[in-house]
Amino acid sequence: MIEVFHLVPALLIGALAVYTTVARDTFAATVGFIAYGLMLTVAWVQLHGVDVALTESAIGGGLTGLLLVRASAKLRATEAAARAERPRASTRLAAAILAAAVSAGLAIAVLSLPDPAPTLAPEVLANIGPTGVGNPITAVLMAFRATDTLLEAIVLLLALVGVWSLAPDRVWGGRPGPRYNADPDGILAFIARVLPPIGIIVGIYIFWVGADDPGGKFQGATIVAAMWLLVLMAGLTDAPPISRRLLRAGLVAGPVAFIAIGFAGVATAGAFLAYPDGWSKPLILVVEFALMPSLALTLGLIMAGAPERAEAASPREAAP
Amino acid sequence: MNAATVFGLLATALVGVGLYGFIVNPQPLRKILAFNVIGSGVFLLFGAIARRGAALGLSGDPVPQALLITGIVVAFSATALAVTVLLRLFDETGSTTLSSGPAPSASDPDPAKARE
Repeated sequence: MIEVFHLVPALLIGALAVYTTVARDTFAATVGFIAYGLMLTVAWVQLHGVDVALTESAIGGGLTGLLLVRASAKLRATEAAARAERPRASTRLAAAILAAAVSAGLAIAVLSLPDPAPTLAPEVLANIGPTGVGNPITAVLMAFRATDTLLEAIVLLLALVGVWSLAPDRVWGGRPGPRYNADPDGILAFIARVLPPIGIIVGIYIFWVGADDPGGKFQGATIVAAMWLLVLMAGLTDAPPISRRLLRAGLVAGPVAFIAIGFAGVATAGAFLAYPDGWSKPLILVVEFALMPSLALTLGLIMAGAPERAEAASPREAAP
Repeated sequence: MNAATVFGLLATALVGVGLYGFIVNPQPLRKILAFNVIGSGVFLLFGAIARRGAALGLSGDPVPQALLITGIVVAFSATALAVTVLLRLFDETGSTTLSSGPAPSASDPDPAKARE
């Protein structure tokens, strides 16, 4: 009986994946991808990975989906030309055979996984005490494998540098994205006024409970960034020019604090990113508090995109 | 069949569907989308393996689960960069074709030739 709750979401997810692949219209495919991301969240809950479910729905489905939907709307003019490039039936057949072979190989691997399964859970539980956090996933992210989390924050920053560096020279240092103009009395502007106070509290709550329960800084930062994007898209405020020093300081503050504490560990605990005895929980909190605003800012600016308008101070330079 | 097996097998199907879409769809945006489907399949497979590692009251192996969170964020970073490159390409050239020949126009009588 319980299998119904596994099989039905599994079939829906599979059907949505096929839909996003075969849909003729790219916009429809990207909307399908958002639904796919949300359904995957159900799969993650069924797998008891609630932390992963939160990340998947916020970042995998939400932010990635929004990126793809926006891009598909901008690229709508290229649809017709692309249809003419559709590969021949023989190519499609070969691709289908290859894909089926890869799937079959993986399926054989899944069905022959070792039993009992290898696990690091006992090691995590044996060492979680000194870290002072109750959520084993947070302990892995912030203590046992803190290097991963540091590099992850830096990858996000590098992605933002990459996005910015794609700006044309004439608008370098300007404001990202278009200036959105929504009806100030419309439903979007209304939601953008009502939702952010609630969303910011939810985001901070998810960040705070991450120490002991499912949640964490990435999920919380994504929700806060989403609230900022909502306000931007409703035209209630404008994105800051990327040349602003304070903005750049805010972006690097989190990773810099993380690296500083990492090097302090060399002196006090004998290894990079090691925490001295009894100091784990406070240091983890400092790192998380420093990272969360930087992450929210980085995620929001990645979503806002490359600079498109020169700074308002010199509007004449922007004119062609 | 338990959840780990059901979703593990689903994950293998997702990788296959994504791979097919990645090869067959000519539009770069559809390739990025298909690549994300492959990625989510890989993540789900890893998640099924994490679930099998449940022990000592934990509902799954926390190490792969933590790596998955990192993986999803990194996949988002790469997708954002890819989409921005694509939009810049479109701004510069007015087209997003990946074919090496001249971009096939709507009036092109034989678009297959342009692909050569």
